[in-house]
Amino acid sequence: MRKGQHRFVAGFLFIPVALYLIFVIWPYIQTFGYSLTDWKGQSQTFSFVGLDNYTALVQDDIFMGAIWHNILFLVFIPVITILLALFFAFMLNAGGRGRAGGVAGVAGSGFYKVVYFFPQVLSMAILAVLFGAVYRSDSGGMLNGLLVKLGLVDAGDPIEWLNEPDFVLWALILVVVWHGVGFYLVLFSAAMQSIPRDIYEAALIDGAGRAQSFFRITLPLLWDSVQTAWVYLGIAAMDMFILVSTMTSGEYGGGPDHASEVMSTVMMRNFLYYGKSGYACAMGVVMLLLTLIVSVVMLRATRRERVEF
Amino acid sequence: MGSTSAENAENNGSESVGRRSLMKRSAALGLVSVPAMSFLSACASGGGGEDSGEDTKGETSKDNPFGVKKGSKLDVVIFKGGYGDDYAKAWEADFQKKRGVTSTHTGTQEITGKLQPRFNAGNPPDIVDNSGAQKIKIDVLYKNGQLLDLAEVLDAPSVDDPSKKVRDTVIPGTLDPGLQEGKVVALNYIYTVWGLWYSGKLFQDKGWEVPQTWEDFLAICKDAKSEGIGGLAHQGKYPYYINVAIMDLIAKKGGLDAMKAIDNLDPKAFVGSDAALAAVEAVYEVVEKGYLMPGTNGLTHTESQTRWNQSKAVFITSGSWLENEQLKQTPEDFDMKFMPMPLLADSAMPFEAIRAGSGEPFIIPSKAKNLPGAKEFMRLMLSREWSTLFAKEANSLTILQDGVDPSVQLRPGTQSTVEASKAAGDNTFRFLYTEWYSEMDTAIQNASNELMAQRIQPKEWLKRAQAAVDKAAKDPAAKNNRRE
Repeated sequence: MRKGQHRFVAGFLFIPVALYLIFVIWPYIQTFGYSLTDWKGQSQTFSFVGLDNYTALVQDDIFMGAIWHNILFLVFIPVITILLALFFAFMLNAGGRGRAGGVAGVAGSGFYKVVYFFPQVLSMAILAVLFGAVYRSDSGGMLNGLLVKLGLVDAGDPIEWLNEPDFVLWALILVVVWHGVGFYLVLFSAAMQSIPRDIYEAALIDGAGRAQSFFRITLPLLWDSVQTAWVYLGIAAMDMFILVSTMTSGEYGGGPDHASEVMSTVMMRNFLYYGKSGYACAMGVVMLLLTLIVSVVMLRATRRERVEF
Repeated sequence: MGSTSAENAENNGSESVGRRSLMKRSAALGLVSVPAMSFLSACASGGGGEDSGEDTKGETSKDNPFGVKKGSKLDVVIFKGGYGDDYAKAWEADFQKKRGVTSTHTGTQEITGKLQPRFNAGNPPDIVDNSGAQKIKIDVLYKNGQLLDLAEVLDAPSVDDPSKKVRDTVIPGTLDPGLQEGKVVALNYIYTVWGLWYSGKLFQDKGWEVPQTWEDFLAICKDAKSEGIGGLAHQGKYPYYINVAIMDLIAKKGGLDAMKAIDNLDPKAFVGSDAALAAVEAVYEVVEKGYLMPGTNGLTHTESQTRWNQSKAVFITSGSWLENEQLKQTPEDFDMKFMPMPLLADSAMPFEAIRAGSGEPFIIPSKAKNLPGAKEFMRLMLSREWSTLFAKEANSLTILQDGVDPSVQLRPGTQSTVEASKAAGDNTFRFLYTEWYSEMDTAIQNASNELMAQRIQPKEWLKRAQAAVDKAAKDPAAKNNRRE
């Protein structure tokens, strides 16, 4: 570059970098600072307590339980969502038979693509209300109403989906998956469109079936997209705040009896309801660390050789 | 502070300061100064309130004990819940007419979300109705020195009768819930009673009498069940409501001592208390015998209350805001009625005894800009004129003695609470642990949720509630919150 050009470029980069530092990095540093105090969240009076908050955190059964719930979400949400999205995307793009040499979607795939995307249009808050009605604990709820009509459940003793410690986490996972599949289906579809058709045609001529063309061609060529989806879903699984806090019982959700607690709900309760804001900041720092670790591990674990075509 | 380094960097090797380098320079300044400023403001503890009260203070006089300044402004934030916020708008209009103070009005449900940043920044409103699910906990605000001691307002002369102090015109005991470490820092303005509610029409149709004992109560539940109606409904998603039933049974069976044992974090508040054991077993009997409205454990307050309004259940636990909250869902001929909790055998209190007291805490932040205005506003709230305005707009009673003009027509539910509190006389009680110990309250609510879902037994409930009490007793602030 010409002399002076460096400065010119740097001048333009300055503002974005500054904004990033101020609005992203600085709050993290501030949070870490607060996590070392007994700040109560309603004024700027507090004193330094060192690592007390972190030692208390390790002994906090509720927060530790919440971490396990997040890990459960972390395992199941990405796996189920990606598998379903991949399956549907494959069927819509390359699962059809008989036309165009077998490299087209099943009949009506254009319509399905739009329909699958619908849930993505809804915000999480609307979803929470919607599924609140599905899981409603008396026969006015959609699931219970259906089961009562079918005679599988006694109307006098309906299933309290979100009030059962054994069901509540799975009920929440279902909502996230329902919401996410459509988006990742479209993402994977776009990636599949870019796979040259002649590869499929060649495979077809060689006698490959649906399963073979999926595992030998589609999946390897889609790996970058899957990796992206994995990281995004993993981060979503580390959060889950909106759903848990609106759908489950308790102050900021997490009920029944902490059975659906996630890190963010425990944090919010301590921050705003109990006034233990310094302690909550320590939880925030732990959440940040765990999310970073998860992202790094996921990116590493899914790293593969790139296929060029 | 960062200007010198930025200039030095810029002057090295550049012949002229053009427009571009000026922009860069100012950007550099911004980068250095913004974090530095927020860091400084983060470190500045307890600052920001020094200017309060000075420019808003006017002459004091007999009619103007706090020296409200004409033309000053008042920042009012009202929780817009079951009572709406029309009453406050009516007050504010009158305040402008009477004292010449204009107000900015905010009606919201998100008290914490809107106000916490303002409290933190030392820029709070002047008067706040701090209520609803998202209220800022009073104990938390108090511990941070954010609340004005309301003694000044309470010791000022009453608007209606200047020979009396404001303190002496309110219903006895109604100031207690606003106590923190012996100081009244919140004015719980609305007079509330808690207990069971039923439909007068349903009772008439079925020929039931108001049950005075727990046996009679269970008998009605049994009768209802045989007709396909649930006995007791509660707002399961918020176990606060079923705690009203459990705790009231404890207080009525064991008397005020049993109640104070809990508020004072007695090591035998629950485990080792016969009253507590009997009360929890009685509530559990309702669960065991299947007298709960089906599914009620997982319903929100509006869902379960609406089902109850459709006569899917006979009784529901709630406070006296229930009628106003359910106005739209209540059938014309429902005839909503309130009743005290029925008695367990050998109870220390009579059937008429009720949990009664005040709700809807109004606070004045200690760093309010217009302190005289806020104090005068609160003094006027406790005048008969404003109390009647409230009863008209919000269909509810205030803590002012005989605070409603007789010309105001009350709804049947509110009317029945007036009769119930007359019948109760001095036999009222009120738990305070919910205002003092948020964590303990939450833990007991969780235990109740498990009890109602039949996942734990009464003995286990007592153990868990006691554990919550013992944990709260370790709080250093616990020794300051005591009631005799």
